[in-house]
Amino acid sequence: MTTEIQPAPGATRKRRVRSATSLTRSSGIGLGLAVTWFSLLVLIPLALVVIQSADGGWQTFRDTLTNSQTAAALRLTVTQALIVTLVNVVFGTLIAWVLVRDHFWGKRILEVIIDIPFALPTIVAGLVLLSLYGPDSPIGINVANTERSVFLALLFVTLPFVVRTVEPVLLELDPEVEEAAASLGASRFTTLRRILLPALAPAITAGAALSFARGISEYGSLVLLSGNLPNKTEVASVRILTYIENGNEAAAASVAVLLLGVALIAIILLQVLTSVVSKRA
Amino acid sequence: MPSRIRQPKTAGTYVRRGLVITYLFLLVAWPVSLVVKHTFDGGLDNLQTALSDPDVVFALQLTVYVAVWAVVINTVFGVGVSLLLVRYNFPGRGILSALIDLPLSVSPIVVGLALLLTYGSTNGLLGPSLKDAGIQVAFAPLGIILATAFVSLPLVIRELVPVLHEIGTDQEQAARSLGAGPWQTFRRITLPSVKWALVYGVVLSLARSLGEFGAVKIMSGNIAGQTQTATLSVEEKYQDFQQGTAYATSFLLALIAVAALVVVSVLRPKESPDGD
Repeated sequence: MTTEIQPAPGATRKRRVRSATSLTRSSGIGLGLAVTWFSLLVLIPLALVVIQSADGGWQTFRDTLTNSQTAAALRLTVTQALIVTLVNVVFGTLIAWVLVRDHFWGKRILEVIIDIPFALPTIVAGLVLLSLYGPDSPIGINVANTERSVFLALLFVTLPFVVRTVEPVLLELDPEVEEAAASLGASRFTTLRRILLPALAPAITAGAALSFARGISEYGSLVLLSGNLPNKTEVASVRILTYIENGNEAAAASVAVLLLGVALIAIILLQVLTSVVSKRA
Repeated sequence: MPSRIRQPKTAGTYVRRGLVITYLFLLVAWPVSLVVKHTFDGGLDNLQTALSDPDVVFALQLTVYVAVWAVVINTVFGVGVSLLLVRYNFPGRGILSALIDLPLSVSPIVVGLALLLTYGSTNGLLGPSLKDAGIQVAFAPLGIILATAFVSLPLVIRELVPVLHEIGTDQEQAARSLGAGPWQTFRRITLPSVKWALVYGVVLSLARSLGEFGAVKIMSGNIAGQTQTATLSVEEKYQDFQQGTAYATSFLLALIAVAALVVVSVLRPKESPDGD
């Protein structure tokens, strides 16, 4: 086991050698138990989804994804998730900025409001949005059963991602660097472009990846809000559920594998970005 | 007062502040407050109707039972895996660390499908043999617990790992060298330093567990009075034109989740010196 630890230069390497040890007997047993449980709960079931999708052969896979209703659902899901992610990049960064740099009464309340979409059950999130943007809207805006309801629901459930990834990075950033740039004659825009954006970019991208992955997989908040109208407001998750209820598990697995693939790409992107950030620090 | 120099407030400061407050008000605060208002439209009637409906009461009890089990499982697993990931070197550590986050990015519906393919009683991989052994997983509380544990699995670990990294091993090694056993070191040194991260992780897991909907919908069979959880009951009651009951149940679920968050954010000491 110790062969892994090469005497490499650099302080970070040295610290890691000191703090991480090889497995002892009891921690080895612990690792075995943890991996067994993780496999039974997560890995084997997800692997079965992949196997099931391959079971029907390439034909089933292709037929499912070229089915016009499924294709429409996938298109709607990916498009809306992308738009929502873009909005989150802009507003999430702005919210994080205000939470870190601005000081005013009631900021703590905003902090709690940001976390509400995480805490709220998704079915309740749908009900919540329906009360302001549904048929009984007190402000006369009714998006229920339209494409905009999908946008709204995704916007609600993905609100915290970019805010919560950008906030800690912004906290670490010293305003004095920006002041120095300004005193050396940089305009506000130049400071933003040359100082702030490069520092925040990895965090923003990581938050965007999380927000996109959550967006394409959303189900609960859409149930009451979007009406699940075929070819109009039906998202990928709903398609999968319909396939399951019809007993067509191969087709359900095909759509699921496509969603899993997209989620996996988002995770890999995240890992790469995180390693870039930690290398910089 | 914060020690760092405050930037002067410009017109932009107020524009940004106004934009953020308006956005959060329209997207979250106002809609949430409307649900609270709807719940208490007729005084306490909605809550009373909901709590006198045996199906709703059963659903709430089942939800709490399932959530507690899922949180206990994830806490034990989460503490163990976090310690392994941070304190030990073993082959495949990087892969395990990456895979742990997977449940957060998987659609609840896909979670349900995956568990059904594994534990379904008729054509799942392990389901039939478990059924022969007398263990019913799908369409039973055990299946609901599995679905709930799946979706909330990484939350404790995500909170613990950064803190464990931060505190390092100096104190633990000192304790060891003074003769403390592994369990004593964990209980007296490690646990107190990660206490708040653990509490926060547990609260997040609890909130997520109480609110799981999609995965549970598939794994539970959704039978009122038998395998229907609170979130499933909200859907059924709303579509059944018992909106008052749906609002009341939603309110109770939201109350527990938001209250837990508020309590923790108030109790938790701020890490940054630049607190509010």
